[in-house]
Amino acid sequence: MAKLKVKHSTPHIDMTPMVDLFTLLLTFFMLTTSFKPTEAVIVDTPNSISETTAPDKNMMMIFISKDNKLYYSFDNGKDSTSHVRVKVLEEMGKQYGVNFTEKEKEEFEKLGSFGVKMEDMKKWINSKDATERGKYNTGIPYDSTDNQLNKWVLYTRFHNQTVQAAVKGDALADYETAKKVFDILLDNKLNKFNLTTNLEKVEIKVSDYK
Amino acid sequence: MAEIIANEGGGKSHGKKRAKKHSTHIDMTPMVDLMSLLITFFMLTTAFSKPKVMEIILPEKDPIENNENEDQAEFIGSRTLNLILSGDDKVYYYVGKPPMNDEDVATIQTKFQKTDYSKDGIRKIVLKMNMLLYEKVDSATQNVITGKSKISQDSLLSLIKNFKKTDKKGPLVMIKADKKAKYKNIVDVIDEMSICNVARYAIVDINKYEEKLIILAPK
Repeated sequence: MAKLKVKHSTPHIDMTPMVDLFTLLLTFFMLTTSFKPTEAVIVDTPNSISETTAPDKNMMMIFISKDNKLYYSFDNGKDSTSHVRVKVLEEMGKQYGVNFTEKEKEEFEKLGSFGVKMEDMKKWINSKDATERGKYNTGIPYDSTDNQLNKWVLYTRFHNQTVQAAVKGDALADYETAKKVFDILLDNKLNKFNLTTNLEKVEIKVSDYK
Repeated sequence: MAEIIANEGGGKSHGKKRAKKHSTHIDMTPMVDLMSLLITFFMLTTAFSKPKVMEIILPEKDPIENNENEDQAEFIGSRTLNLILSGDDKVYYYVGKPPMNDEDVATIQTKFQKTDYSKDGIRKIVLKMNMLLYEKVDSATQNVITGKSKISQDSLLSLIKNFKKTDKKGPLVMIKADKKAKYKNIVDVIDEMSICNVARYAIVDINKYEEKLIILAPK
């Protein structure tokens, strides 16, 4: 009879497939993560119980800072081939007598939110870095004599009819400013919009309130 | 694949001292550790970085023609709850029609009260007026969560919508803010409306008699 020889060896788990899978997952998550775009202003939003998430495309957003300045950001619409940002900038340039070169338009398309007067727009686009850009972020004028924000909203709506509006206000901003922003949106026939908030859970015990 | 088999059988000249033939395994455990860490990080950041939004619908500025809409709630004094937001997180409230002249100011002044944003503040007031509807919505939601009633999330939402539409007893909340109010205050109040499942509320402009009431209100 042949002797059965028991092989003594440490069991070794081949981790290669696991590593393969992990690399795949890692690559996927790294590519799909979109990091928060740099915002022109830090806004500390108030809390609410709403759990609806903001749409990540086809948005225009008005920021209200703590010191009641307004900032604006909008994207290229449903897909970037429509170049909404360029079209709106051209329109705004025409309105305020600023001519933008092709290179400037291209640069503007890549940039995020801004709080720049049209007079400073050229300088803002041609700034080298974020700190230099920050100097021109003095807030978009919105008073009745020079309502630039209204124009921005108007032309964004004109070039992208399906755009959704959102207001991201700082908790400590004045209601008066927020009301002016709401009025601008209402003037542009946008009476349904989103307010960006932080999620905060609330539990109610009915018995406490009887 | 990742095993590198090293050929170490070249040492013939050493006679007895024969090199052992063994494969060099690369220990991948630290690599796997790091990767799982990174994956967890990316998975969590993608899920959490989405900002939350609260939808708000404002009335159109110049309504074309108020055609006979059945949804239009009747303006009943006893159901109208006026919330007036002021600076320093103060909220005033009174029930009834808003004042139109100085005489109204005098009558409302007696029931003009101050409250705050805590859970014993406006929530108590609003919930008391809206208890019937709140319990209806709450029990429907609870039944779905506990599995008592097997309806989908969508039909639950339409059920709640229907409750709100047919509600005849709940308050009509008028939200007004004066110049000193903060943005946070208005968001808090709208949020309070959705916490309490209030069917009908509107953000309206404050009138000058109400501003008078704030000045007259006890500090």
